[in-house]
Amino acid sequence: MENINSDERHIFSVLVENRFGVLARVAGLFSGRGFNIDSLNVAETHDESISQMTLVTHGDAQIIEQIYQHLNRLIDVIEVTDLTTGTHVERELVLIKLSAEPHERAEILQVAEIFRARVVDVKPTSLTLEITGDEGKLNAAIEVLDIYGILELARTGKIAMLRGVND
Amino acid sequence: MNQSPFSNALQTTELSGARSLVESLKREGVEYIFGVNGGAAMPIFDALYGETDIKLIPMRHEQGCSHAADGYARATGKVGVALATSGPGATNLVTGIATAYMDSIPMVAITGQVFTHYIGSDAFQECDVIGVTRPICKHSYLIKSSDEVADVVAEAFHIARTGKPGPVVIDIAKDAQMKEAPYHYPASVDIRSYKPQVHGDPGQIAKAAELIKQAKRPMLYAGGGVVLADASAELRELTLKTGIPITVTLMGLGAFPETHPLAMEMPGMHGSCCANYAFTDSDLVVAIGARFDDRVTGDLGKFAPNAKKIHIDIDASCIGKNVLIDVPIVGDAKSVLTELNKQVGRADIDAWRAQIQEWKQKYPFEYEQKGDKVMPQYVIEQIYEHYSDAIVVADVGQHQMWAAQYFKFTEPRQWLNSGGLGTMGFSLPAAIGAQLGCPDKTVVNINGDGSYIMTIQELVPAITLKLPLKIFIINNMYLGMVRQWQELFHGKRYSAVDYHDNPDFAMLAQAFGATGLRVEHVEDVRPALQKAKGIDDGPVVIDFIVAEEENVFPMVPAGAGLGDVIRGLS
Ligand SMILES: Cc1ncc(C[n+]2csc(CCOP(=O)(O)OP(=O)(O)O)c2C)c(N)n1
Ligand SMILES: [Mg+2]
Repeated sequence: MENINSDERHIFSVLVENRFGVLARVAGLFSGRGFNIDSLNVAETHDESISQMTLVTHGDAQIIEQIYQHLNRLIDVIEVTDLTTGTHVERELVLIKLSAEPHERAEILQVAEIFRARVVDVKPTSLTLEITGDEGKLNAAIEVLDIYGILELARTGKIAMLRGVND
Repeated sequence: MNQSPFSNALQTTELSGARSLVESLKREGVEYIFGVNGGAAMPIFDALYGETDIKLIPMRHEQGCSHAADGYARATGKVGVALATSGPGATNLVTGIATAYMDSIPMVAITGQVFTHYIGSDAFQECDVIGVTRPICKHSYLIKSSDEVADVVAEAFHIARTGKPGPVVIDIAKDAQMKEAPYHYPASVDIRSYKPQVHGDPGQIAKAAELIKQAKRPMLYAGGGVVLADASAELRELTLKTGIPITVTLMGLGAFPETHPLAMEMPGMHGSCCANYAFTDSDLVVAIGARFDDRVTGDLGKFAPNAKKIHIDIDASCIGKNVLIDVPIVGDAKSVLTELNKQVGRADIDAWRAQIQEWKQKYPFEYEQKGDKVMPQYVIEQIYEHYSDAIVVADVGQHQMWAAQYFKFTEPRQWLNSGGLGTMGFSLPAAIGAQLGCPDKTVVNINGDGSYIMTIQELVPAITLKLPLKIFIINNMYLGMVRQWQELFHGKRYSAVDYHDNPDFAMLAQAFGATGLRVEHVEDVRPALQKAKGIDDGPVVIDFIVAEEENVFPMVPAGAGLGDVIRGLS
């Protein structure tokens, strides 16, 4: 039984060999053992032989420990860091397409300005914004922009990094 | 070019992928490959044709291949190798791969795959073997090019046998088997993402030693990890030096001699009352290569409620998975015990030892003779009397539990069984692997009527190879273990467990070409076992017709606490 009270959100940074099948191994681990994935982002690092996965999950302390250990156990996993145990920066990018009649445009752009959103596309009756930030900021932006009618929304999932120099 | 090149000239030679594979397996010291041929693996079988360093054992079903490779590995500690074709060949291997995975057995399973340009097209006999086996193997490789073969084989064997051992799958496309490429076998393997931790943290080991000193009612709880780490000698030293009572799990039987006064025998669902009561009363449980399996702990809320827990395991993910641990020690059992042994002395626990002796005396494994029936427990006792030094390979069910209870194991690797997955059909092919790996030992296969018929076809290679297997069927005409649960928990509704329609196994053995005997009377048990001893030019099958509705006791019902064990006899 899941204990809601002790449920905590954790962000794991997972460095993996950039190889055939690695994503399936990680995803399979989560589905096979009943762990949750809230978001998952995968991309190559500056070293093309290594990919970085940023994995947001939640669970009680025992489950989080299990997730950490099981990730480590995968042969292709080079390093696992639980970023939530240290000070870290996290960012996510969202693309939002809004219904925007010409007379609404100015108002929307004002709101966009507050969230430092960038306009990436404008059409006669729609407008597409790009916003970067942490989860709180993106959720706030989405809530406000929803008033104008969100036609489409895509989020990257989080990427994150510890502050300062790792030792 | 098809000539087998000499190994010392290999640096400069171009070899086909299949030939590279065979040369690489030789480098790894492989003696046997258990295989069934088929289209996508034909170049590999061709490369093995006439090969003398590696003997190809043609099994009759791919499940037999993976179990035989597994049995070989369990008996010898070396890596077992199974080989099958793509598609159905590969899927037939799966049960044996999963069986090995659950018990951490070192194995390399090789499967042919369709041509690379067909992969993903639902080609004839194509199956995503990497996908199918992903959750049941330690690691896997898809080889699409001949020049990858040597490196992959070297890595696969390294991964299979180090750390927590396990099966590794190599899926190799047919064109990669056929094309030639320069062959060079790596001198060593270094995988940056895979560095198993061997040595335990010294601080943690010191803490463990301190807890052991302070404990008033300590117990050792050792599992299959001790056998896998070849740490039986170190475990014996720890036990004898401290004088702490020990229970060894189903997977570890033989790691400590069950004939010793400190041995409490196996714990858990069908374990000894002594071991289960000890857990319930203990103030310190020292787990060594054991994983607090639910079949051992019973209801976790009632498991060892008063005990601090030390857990030594090579697999960090195993520690704290089921039970909260006070002192976790990640490391190889042999290395950690060697260090721990330096820091412990004789434990001052006479009262506790006396309590253990009292339980042992009061609650031994026991059964009641029912009329003139051949009691299955009696058959096991007699097998023990006749074959106490043998390697015993058991299948899954009541007979497995009786064998674990009534045969007294004294050496590691003397007892082989599918503990984690509980795979019926495991034992006959595993016994073949064990006998090939240990030609000087007697191998006894204790089988059930239900389990035996699941892989009975492997009698054929056993006969062809003239393996002197002693195949003893504890024939209760039922899927007995399931029948027992139906009797106790389903109001005797015997759904799909009645196996009275099985053939006469003695006659069937003869039809296969083996010696077959049938024993129906108590007085025939000993003479039959004696007779089997003399048959060494092939397998002998004895069909012991035993009491049909006998149950395994003691029993901790699923979900109950260990203290609530049903002893059976009042
Ligand atoms: C492949 C497989 N199928 C089903 C089971 C479930 N199961 C566990 S024990 C058992 C009965 C085994 O019967 P038998 O081999 O006759 O042994 P017995 O219990 O009668 O000694 C069954 C069906 C299993 N463990 N493995
Ligand atoms: Mg039976």
